[in-house]
Amino acid sequence: MEKDHIIGLPAPRKEGRDKVTGKARYIDDITLPNMLYGATVRSRIPRGRIKKITFDPGVPWDEFVVVSAKDIPGENCIALIENDQPCLAEEIVNHPEEPILLLAHPEKHLLPKAVEAVNIEYEPLPAVFSIADSERRSEIIWGKDNTFKTYLIQKGDVDAIWEKAAFIVEGEYFTGAQEQLYIETNGMIAQFDPKQGITVWGSLQCPYYVHKALMALCGLPEDKVRVVQAETGGAFGGKEEYPSMIAAHAALLAMKSGRPVKIIYDRAEDMVATTKRHPSRTWHRTAVSKDGKILGGEIEFTIDGGAYVTLSPVVLSRGTIHAGGPYYWPSVRVRAKAVATNAPPHGAFRGFGAPQCLFAIERHMDRISEAVKLPPAEIRRRNFLKPGQTTITEQIVREEIDLGKLLDRALSLADYDSKRQRFAKQNESGNCRKGMGIAAFLHGAGFTGSGERYLSSVVGMEGRADGGVRILVSSTEIGQGTNTILCQIAAEALGLRYGDVEIARPDTTEVPNSGPTVASRTAMVVGKLVQSAALGLKQTLAGCGMLGRNYTPEEFRAACREYVSTQGQLRSFAKYEQPADIFWDDQNYRGEAYAAFAWAVYVAEVTVDLATYGVSVDDFVALQEVGRVLNPVLAKGQIAGGVAQGIGFALYEKVEWRDGRMQNGQMTNYIMPTSADLPPVRIFFEEMGNTHGAYGAKGIGELPMDGPAPAIVNAVVDALGIPFDSVPVLPENIFEAVSTTGARENTVPSAGRG
Amino acid sequence: MTSKERAKREFSLVINGEPKTLRAHPMERLLDVLREQLGLTGTKEGCGEGECGACAVLMDGALVDSCLIPILQAQGSNIVTIEKLAGDARLCALQEAFLECGGAQCGICTPGMILAAQYLLNRKPRPTMEDIREGLSGNLCRCTGYTQIFEAVAEAARRGVSA
Repeated sequence: MEKDHIIGLPAPRKEGRDKVTGKARYIDDITLPNMLYGATVRSRIPRGRIKKITFDPGVPWDEFVVVSAKDIPGENCIALIENDQPCLAEEIVNHPEEPILLLAHPEKHLLPKAVEAVNIEYEPLPAVFSIADSERRSEIIWGKDNTFKTYLIQKGDVDAIWEKAAFIVEGEYFTGAQEQLYIETNGMIAQFDPKQGITVWGSLQCPYYVHKALMALCGLPEDKVRVVQAETGGAFGGKEEYPSMIAAHAALLAMKSGRPVKIIYDRAEDMVATTKRHPSRTWHRTAVSKDGKILGGEIEFTIDGGAYVTLSPVVLSRGTIHAGGPYYWPSVRVRAKAVATNAPPHGAFRGFGAPQCLFAIERHMDRISEAVKLPPAEIRRRNFLKPGQTTITEQIVREEIDLGKLLDRALSLADYDSKRQRFAKQNESGNCRKGMGIAAFLHGAGFTGSGERYLSSVVGMEGRADGGVRILVSSTEIGQGTNTILCQIAAEALGLRYGDVEIARPDTTEVPNSGPTVASRTAMVVGKLVQSAALGLKQTLAGCGMLGRNYTPEEFRAACREYVSTQGQLRSFAKYEQPADIFWDDQNYRGEAYAAFAWAVYVAEVTVDLATYGVSVDDFVALQEVGRVLNPVLAKGQIAGGVAQGIGFALYEKVEWRDGRMQNGQMTNYIMPTSADLPPVRIFFEEMGNTHGAYGAKGIGELPMDGPAPAIVNAVVDALGIPFDSVPVLPENIFEAVSTTGARENTVPSAGRG
Repeated sequence: MTSKERAKREFSLVINGEPKTLRAHPMERLLDVLREQLGLTGTKEGCGEGECGACAVLMDGALVDSCLIPILQAQGSNIVTIEKLAGDARLCALQEAFLECGGAQCGICTPGMILAAQYLLNRKPRPTMEDIREGLSGNLCRCTGYTQIFEAVAEAARRGVSA
């Protein structure tokens, strides 16, 4: 078959033209005739009983549509895992900003005043705002013990190792909440027709999550709920579950008013009311041999889930499995727990539990390096997982990875050794301290354990009357490149040109459920199904004699046209089948956690200014093994963007909480990196071979979020010789630490220790 | 006529080369007039407080955040939005370069980013990396980490951008 390869080439973004010309239609760019605007009345208190709701006179309430929990035709919940989160609070509120009432009006500008004019009287109840308070259980705010979920991993006999240890190293590490801060705020439009049911268009990641939630809420069958993704202006996990809530609200207002309703959150509402990254606490106690080998350890990983279960069990699961990092643990015990607090539920954010626990293990590895008096690079090298060894869930590493080689290349690219020596000298004088930090890590691609089997994703492909091919998936384009890479995969599999392949807009009446667009699964899992569906299409055409063994794209198009005109619809579907050798034990959290991992070593170089206490990242090397790189421009874009978010997580982005409510819900005072704050990020790929995904691709999207925080904080610690064990590290934290330890005058440059 | 109607006044301005006359409340944001009255939805709202630059347009040649400009202030001015740069069939050099270099991911900051870049290149046709970094620092992007945006602007400058 004569064809040009398209895999591995920088095919231009499929929807790129619409994006650079401003023609792409995001949800707020869409207006329907006769449309109302919706707004949400939210709880002002963290926890309490709703006693009375009154409406200020002075607002023409008869012009407004008002919806309360009583208007919900089906179940008052946002169906997801535990179904404990109400769509509208009825008697009890469990967090600030919890939705209570909905208003709609034709004039958008009248809504903020009307929201203010709804008075809600509460009987306040005691509330809980931290992991420690929740664990103390002085107040039970959820279930019997404030605990959403626990996991236990046990490998080997941890209790027997302590007496064999030459060193026992302990540490406790914390990460804060982080806002996804997609530049397009959340938004939905709903329309109701008694015959056709409910249709919603919106900014979202997972059309079938919204579909499921609306069926339960509206009491409607599958075919009476339609969910369509509009162009989506960034998501990063932040549009995984909360869009179901907004769709539910828009749907209720549309059903009550009989008119289309649009709800667009402004920035402040989006920031204070919707989900963020789970705050975490990780405790490590590790037994280490004389020569720096990990013998075993105990890990306790705890996340703050906020007021309702939502996705916390799944976030916790990924964090639990990644808690050991890319190292070999002969024995380990991981106790993991998600607890309830009276904050808005924390949710999905790129990395999904892994950035939290990987920050902990990578800071801890530096602490072990100090204890054993071996350099940070060496301590990692001695403990790296090797092919044939097992992970903490006793998954055998079958990938042909060589983490030592990855580390060597990253160190050489960063000029690590000579810079570290140079900095040790420079740091003896002057007002700046420079340091280097390493993070080595892994990220599992696809759903955890049995997750992909439960999802049983389906992908479709259609041969069109004009001879072109169209991919049918619910996987969404949210900026990461779904449209482009799936079209590249289909074109490659069919021997077509990139331009011969299109992808359908995700619309639940048009596309099968290829699963949610999460968990770095699109390239690997969905991509592989696209490849299979493509083969099915080819076989159908070949089977009826319309396509020979060797064909040109034109011949394929002619065959498609012929088939459609003589036989009717031409479609092929592929369904996920779990490989027979993948075994996962949900009870004991043991087995093949992921079909494949992506691996990486990142190196950061920082300067700490002892006049301003500010940290600047001067150089950043990001080296990763993500299997086959399908599109180098998109792949680099994923890494550069993830690293930028990781730098924000490490050095800038702090959610200021008061009584469970975010106080800095503006771009003015919640600081994400601007173009002036970021170093040139140097990105490199290593391909060590993978057989799982389409053309050998593994997951890539979340990986770059995991490494920057530990690499940067390790570099700051290297520069100052003072330990920092929580992120973000802000200038005030450095000021405080330097003042307390008096390190300003007599900082011991740690490079000398290595 | 409602009191709101009475409060409206007539404004004349040139938008993307075409003279327009419209009625609006004097304090209505230029952003809303562009998007809602004129259907120019290429200009986006990201924060509504002049932090993110998603709503950036050129006003009499200067780069402004249209969420901070009451229409009163735009009276008589010449406004250029992303729709003007798009032309008909051919992309401008900046748009081409954004497409090729990966300067657009989710695309929501892209129109404002391209206008900020155009403004920069109008003043400095041969910008240094530092000029680009500084020139775009009023526009936030959460997807790209900016690297590929810088590359796109540098590439467009190499090819020569018509003002």
